[in-house]
Amino acid sequence: MTLTTTLPGLTLKNPVMPASGCFGFGKEYSQFYDLNELGAIIIKAATGEARYGNATPRVAETASGMLNAIGLQNPGVEAIINEELPFLRPFETPVIANVAGSTVEEYVKVTKAFNHSNDIHALELNISCPNVKEGGVQFGTDTELAKEVTYQVKQASKYPVYVKLSPNVSDIVVMAKAVTDAGADGLSMINTLTGMQINLKQRRPIIANKTGGLSGPAIKPIAIRMIYQVRQALDIPIIGMGGIITAEDVVEFY
Amino acid sequence: MISKQLLKIKSHLCIAQDTFEVVLHSPLARELKPGQFIHIALKHHMLRRPVSVANVDVGAETFTIVFKIFGEGTRALSNCKAGGDFLDAILPCGSYYPIDRLQLDHALIVGGGIGGVPPLYYLAQSLKKKGVQITSVLGFQTKSHVFYEDKFQLLGDTYVATNDGTYGAKGFVTDIITELSTDIDYYFACGPTAMLKAVTDQLETQEGYISLEERMGCGVGTCYACVVPLKEDPSKSKKICKDGPVFYANEVILP
Repeated sequence: MTLTTTLPGLTLKNPVMPASGCFGFGKEYSQFYDLNELGAIIIKAATGEARYGNATPRVAETASGMLNAIGLQNPGVEAIINEELPFLRPFETPVIANVAGSTVEEYVKVTKAFNHSNDIHALELNISCPNVKEGGVQFGTDTELAKEVTYQVKQASKYPVYVKLSPNVSDIVVMAKAVTDAGADGLSMINTLTGMQINLKQRRPIIANKTGGLSGPAIKPIAIRMIYQVRQALDIPIIGMGGIITAEDVVEFY
Repeated sequence: MISKQLLKIKSHLCIAQDTFEVVLHSPLARELKPGQFIHIALKHHMLRRPVSVANVDVGAETFTIVFKIFGEGTRALSNCKAGGDFLDAILPCGSYYPIDRLQLDHALIVGGGIGGVPPLYYLAQSLKKKGVQITSVLGFQTKSHVFYEDKFQLLGDTYVATNDGTYGAKGFVTDIITELSTDIDYYFACGPTAMLKAVTDQLETQEGYISLEERMGCGVGTCYACVVPLKEDPSKSKKICKDGPVFYANEVILP
């Protein structure tokens, strides 16, 4: 049985890859196993400049999951290209770079910077970021903004572009169609759901940012439902994610 | 090198209110240094729990952890049994007190509660083996929470404060430190952030090392959940789980 999987711009020896933000830039987990075993690696989000991120605490455990509000802390796209990506060069595992920003211009800037790197094979567009020019509305919850950023990034990129959809919308199919029309080569589904957890002793949210993104097994049924809905409507390649822990979970996504 | 291990539980003892001392077997025990922690996975819990190393027995290939029930995770940990149960843990994690490169004759140990006292016991033992004179100040909330005072007494002068005054001096560790002579070379502090802030302010003219606590995600440096800003450039941070938990006292900004 072959697990080889072909996607736009990617030939994977198997379809298993860590989701962005869960795996940093690969260094730490290379101490635990051979990164060549992975089908691909999606690295942590890159922004135009270095970002400090949110105040701590940034994580909280929930029933069957966790909340996180890291705040896109990263050293900036140039530092990622020059200081982080070379580590992954010796591995034969393709790298997908996650692109984030506060404005369409920043997304395009990050995209163009990655055009100069030969260490990646595709982009994943993180549209769950607040748009500072539109009063903090997430790109991923506004169809027109999502379309615009997808189109501009696709125009600027020499690599295939996968758009990572936010599940915080009332109709995921509408959003999937919008970014597909704007030129997305594929989708990745789903990003985290916004949640909040209260520390009863302190009478306030555990996470300093108050809200965080819910991930883990708690969201797996939502991911599968949304992927099912999008697959019914569209023929576009989809990278599934959300609460996958076991091989059975992986199979469930097919 | 850091790795994921299944650790056999050798013994399991309640040593104070809701406070447990567990001895674990691992061939990696000899690699654990004072200040480092292990990151424990628990069934039905998504996040591992960081617990610092309280003692190591190299000959027996065992080490000790001490923890207190705070929530569901630590309650589950308290229910593990010696004999049959194994703990899934990542170890060794984080940085350690760099005592091998320090010149010192007299160390002040300042530990606060369940987070602070256990790792400093391992440190105090290691310092004692190097012939360092040790003065220890331990803080607890109340009498029923006090543990390891006798063990610290065997290593040097030891003072205990409780917040409510039910045992030792009434007040905080800083109240005791005020009364102590200051002919120390280094201080080593671990405990709640508020205590560390008070202690580092009080001892700002002294050289010292502190160990920080924070809610952690991965525990190995990938997720950026536990970071602390740096004094020399607050727009930069270090990871508590990987670059810490032990930092030079003047290196980081405590919230």
